[in-house]
Amino acid sequence: MGTGPLLLLATLEGTVMAAVLALAAVGLSLTFGVMRVVNVAHGEFYMMGAVLAWAVAQAVPSAPLGFVAALLIAPPLVAALAWVTDTTLLKRLNYDPESTIVATIGLSYLLQQGALSFFGPDARPVAAPFSLRLQFPWFGYSGYKLFVVLAALLVLGAVWLFLRRSKAGLVMRATQVDRNTARAFGINVDRVYAGTFALGAGLAALAAVLVVPISQAHYLMGHDPLLLSFIVVIIGGLGSLRGTLIAALIIGLADGILSMLYPPTLAKIVATLVVALVLVFRPQGLFGAPAR
Amino acid sequence: MKALVPHLAVLVALAAMGFLLPPYHHGMMARVLVMAVFAIGYNIAFGYTGLLSLGHALHFCAGMMACGIAMREGVAAGPALMLGLAAGGVTALATGLLALRTAGVSFMIVTLMFAQAFHLALLYYGGFTGGDEGFPLPGAARRLFGLDLTQAGPRYAVALVLFGLVLLAQWGLVSSRFGRSLIAMRENEERSRMLGYNPFTTKLAALVISGLCAGIAGAAYGVLFGYVGASFGTTQYSILPMLYVLLGGAGTTLGPLLGAGLMAWLIDAASGLTDSPLAVIGVTLIGLVVFAPRGILGTLRQRGQKWLP
Repeated sequence: MGTGPLLLLATLEGTVMAAVLALAAVGLSLTFGVMRVVNVAHGEFYMMGAVLAWAVAQAVPSAPLGFVAALLIAPPLVAALAWVTDTTLLKRLNYDPESTIVATIGLSYLLQQGALSFFGPDARPVAAPFSLRLQFPWFGYSGYKLFVVLAALLVLGAVWLFLRRSKAGLVMRATQVDRNTARAFGINVDRVYAGTFALGAGLAALAAVLVVPISQAHYLMGHDPLLLSFIVVIIGGLGSLRGTLIAALIIGLADGILSMLYPPTLAKIVATLVVALVLVFRPQGLFGAPAR
Repeated sequence: MKALVPHLAVLVALAAMGFLLPPYHHGMMARVLVMAVFAIGYNIAFGYTGLLSLGHALHFCAGMMACGIAMREGVAAGPALMLGLAAGGVTALATGLLALRTAGVSFMIVTLMFAQAFHLALLYYGGFTGGDEGFPLPGAARRLFGLDLTQAGPRYAVALVLFGLVLLAQWGLVSSRFGRSLIAMRENEERSRMLGYNPFTTKLAALVISGLCAGIAGAAYGVLFGYVGASFGTTQYSILPMLYVLLGGAGTTLGPLLGAGLMAWLIDAASGLTDSPLAVIGVTLIGLVVFAPRGILGTLRQRGQKWLP
């Protein structure tokens, strides 16, 4: 393959990566934006989505139906788990940022162990709902991967509309700006927080269900998405949804293209260092507005 | 000087345990002592100065790798340990200079990212560092002051002496004027700035001291147990000292030892129920944050046992 087709392949892979990353990172960004807490267990919610998708797909005999069932069942289940976590754990901590981090670290260990015990240490595949192959002159490309990009775009658009146009989105944004004033206006802030946490976890799980036919379910798979989501959210500016989307696109594409040319570990070292330095020298992120 | 009594009592009890414990618990206790040194370092940063770092595995593993690689290249154990100590301090100084420009959650994430980058770098240069598999230290090189550290008795003795020195140093530090300025940073940074203390240099000094402890702990771990590797640089080794300190009681001199010992016992006791310590660590972390954020000794002290150091 010449340089041109190789670059095309890398860009395609990067786009798929960016789409999945955007979904997972938007969840993390929402919880940080509205609740001002960092959820370290976000990667584990992602992993739960994938593992549940496998479990559901096992129970349904036909492959396309199994995938659809997983898509409908796994994210709400993970969201419900997150709702319970919020009301029983985070609320008791009063959403203190540092305690929340420690508690969600504990939670992530628990979920990892749970998945290991009930699911086992092996990676398990879920069949893609269809096996269309797009034939380019130089190489064939999985049609399912392009479907993932399309689905992610649809979901992100829906989240955008939900936040901008719906009453619930308005209430969420109001709580983000000033939770005390929101409470004074009769908004049930506890419920908004639980809902936001559930929505964030659900989006992570959805991203995982979409990715499982590409990369298999495994109990440790939450680690990389967590790190990448962190990177995306921080580069994009903590709590800024638009920044998160732009950053996801840039980092997804960069990761796809760079890991074709350089060893992936080197790319990860550079990315983590960049994140640390962005937090130190430009805490509002590259696209966020300076803190008021 | 009254607080000297409980410290010496603990050290005497530990020395007695060295003669009384059966072999299995003997080795476990030596490990606990080394990890307690690591936790004391964490306690100085988190418990006394209020710096919640999620990246102390960096200093621990830097100390361990510096010591291990030096010994592989033929340096004797004593100087290699000193190299490990220095590596812990230097990494803490370098990351602290940058990370201390942030605070709170950002500080946690920045330290986490530095530790992550270091761990990945160890893997990337696996040819030199041994990567994830690490490498064993030859038994013949593991000698200190004529003691053969492959034997259980000398190993326990060296671990105990190291722990005793660090424990007493910690006590001396926190009861000194400088130690009180650390606590002032934790309690009210603005007010201590107004009183003329420089928060940046004070916190940086605390981090460097903390890093020195982590470095010597990592180096000692390598020398005493004969194995070094990048797996000691994973996030889990940043969480463990935090867990020990939270469990024993942040800001108490004996909390790190109590936390490390109790956690080792808990994981050992639970090994019949689960095959991995992850769940035990997770449950303990959540339980502590929700029900006892001050830890065991901190809660006791709050409930009237004012004499606890």
